[in-house]
Amino acid sequence: MALEFERPILDLEGKIRDMRAYAEEQEIDLGEEIALLEARLERLKTSTFEGLTRWQRVQVARAPGRPTAFDYLEHAFEGFEELHGDRTLGDDPALVTGLAQLDGRSVVVVAQQKGRDTKENIHRNFGMSHPSGYRKAMRMFDLADRFRLPVVTLIDTPGAYPGIAAEEQGQAWVIAASIRRMSRLRVPALSVVIGEGGSGGALAIGVANRVAILENATYSVISPESCAAILWRDATEAPRAAEALRLTAHDLQEVGVVDRVIAEPPGGAHRAPGQTIREVARVLREEIAALRDGDPDAWTSQRRARFRALGRVTDHPALGA
Amino acid sequence: MALERWFRRNKPTRSDDDATPAGLWVKCDGCGAQIYRKDLVANLSTCPECGHHYRVTVEERIAMLADDGTFEPWSGDLAPTDPLAFVDTEPYPDRMERVQRKQGRPDAIQTGAATMGGTPVALVVMDFFFAGGSMGSVVGEEIARAAERAAVEGRPLVAVTASGGARMQEGALSLMQMAKTTVALEALVDAGLPYLVVLSDPTTGGVTASFATLGDVVFAEPGALICFAGPRVIQQTIKQELPEGFQRAEFLLARGMLDDVVPRAELKGRLVRTLQLLQDRPVDRGEGDGTSPPDLEASEVSEASEASETSASIEPSSGEEGTARGA
Repeated sequence: MALEFERPILDLEGKIRDMRAYAEEQEIDLGEEIALLEARLERLKTSTFEGLTRWQRVQVARAPGRPTAFDYLEHAFEGFEELHGDRTLGDDPALVTGLAQLDGRSVVVVAQQKGRDTKENIHRNFGMSHPSGYRKAMRMFDLADRFRLPVVTLIDTPGAYPGIAAEEQGQAWVIAASIRRMSRLRVPALSVVIGEGGSGGALAIGVANRVAILENATYSVISPESCAAILWRDATEAPRAAEALRLTAHDLQEVGVVDRVIAEPPGGAHRAPGQTIREVARVLREEIAALRDGDPDAWTSQRRARFRALGRVTDHPALGA
Repeated sequence: MALERWFRRNKPTRSDDDATPAGLWVKCDGCGAQIYRKDLVANLSTCPECGHHYRVTVEERIAMLADDGTFEPWSGDLAPTDPLAFVDTEPYPDRMERVQRKQGRPDAIQTGAATMGGTPVALVVMDFFFAGGSMGSVVGEEIARAAERAAVEGRPLVAVTASGGARMQEGALSLMQMAKTTVALEALVDAGLPYLVVLSDPTTGGVTASFATLGDVVFAEPGALICFAGPRVIQQTIKQELPEGFQRAEFLLARGMLDDVVPRAELKGRLVRTLQLLQDRPVDRGEGDGTSPPDLEASEVSEASEASETSASIEPSSGEEGTARGA
């Protein structure tokens, strides 16, 4: 499935394929022509993706074929062992946890998993956790402290699930508790927004010492659709809402919400999953190594200070001192 | 989250302006009874007939909780910025300026010091009538500063929440206030000081999912809507009717989410006693409003008649517990 703005790229890719086939069939050498078209393709990808609107990036962040948490757990980490269950109510498939290694050293992983197809999406509730998922995450934070293992979280959710059972089981309470529990970790923590950072449901596992985000991922207080429905009473105004919310990686880096933007291959992560996973794997190792080198007594206070500092206020002229 | 405007525009059962409805006579939203407006105000903005709790202003809230004349404001010198240059139907700074003028404060929060039943406390009161009590950078910062100053001054913190959630006009920075307020509360934890919360109608979204539910003790007012996702969002998601009383205080109490649902007339007394109990101090049983929590009623019959002075700022005295309860 192609996103609308990808059409010219896919058309050109089709042309190159046809030309190759034709050259083979006719046994002629079109190498030069093909090389020219390939160079043009690269330029087109780069210019298209540099000029994406915020709404287009939202679509890339949600695109089918984009690597999901499991793709990273299986290929960017070593020896991932999934651990299940919140020990209270159940096991939430939308939030996956376990142990893994980076460069032969163990880490605790907490990750939001969307489906890679419709069937898995239904099983994973499209990456939208119930309270059980956040309880499982908190159990992992306990485990991390107990064994002095760094925590890596992978964020990819439209948001915490808005349903009857979720509310009855205290969705708000458990998100607040998870924010608090993660802020109290005595070990270093790294969060990577790999797709959608949907509001409180994302922040619940995002209170890390360092927060990185993939170039075409988003992180927002509200989805563009919901924002548009509220502000303009029309969900089709989502593109306008996406613009207004400034929810792209670079927007977020500007206001200090994220510390690092991880480049995606031209054409987006969904067109080059392997390359994306390799780049994330490299960044994970680099970031965790740097965090391990930090002062062990300062991880908690550094994390507290990081989030305490976020926000923009000014003196109030009329009522000010 | 960020449902403040949803609440303002859809008005499911109550309007933004129904704190204490205008006019000499008021038709109760809860039971339809005709109430003399002065009786409603005198009764802490609860219906004398059915106990329906109206939303109250910050001033009314402070008057009913702080000992008379003891409230000293802390907040007021911080104002919001426009980090995203956000424009919806009007530019965010214009919207803020209008609301600031209407509400007479720079953002949706008032913090300060006071005594409650003689105990020094820090008070945080959210202003639902200011942009739906939405939490942006200023609200988050004022809460954080109040928690930190309370810790330094050795005061327990009492917060009364009323909010549509995070303020979307400040984007992800509003979202981050959830983490900021949470980490700032650690100052109270470190200092061994209590943090009590009263969830009032409505408390939703990012406020519920952060400092509002992190109290050492969490009370709610009768009938208050308390949720993460609003009822309409859920209905749109699941396309089913919601159960009776869904996301209301009593519903949440039954599911173990609250320490108690406390009628307004009993609120100050319950807060004062809880602070005394948590801090292992003698419990002043006549403190507050002259009413007793239900589990103590049997052993405290004699004291019910002694109306105390601590809620004198709301006069006449509000001994309507029989009708206020059970809403």
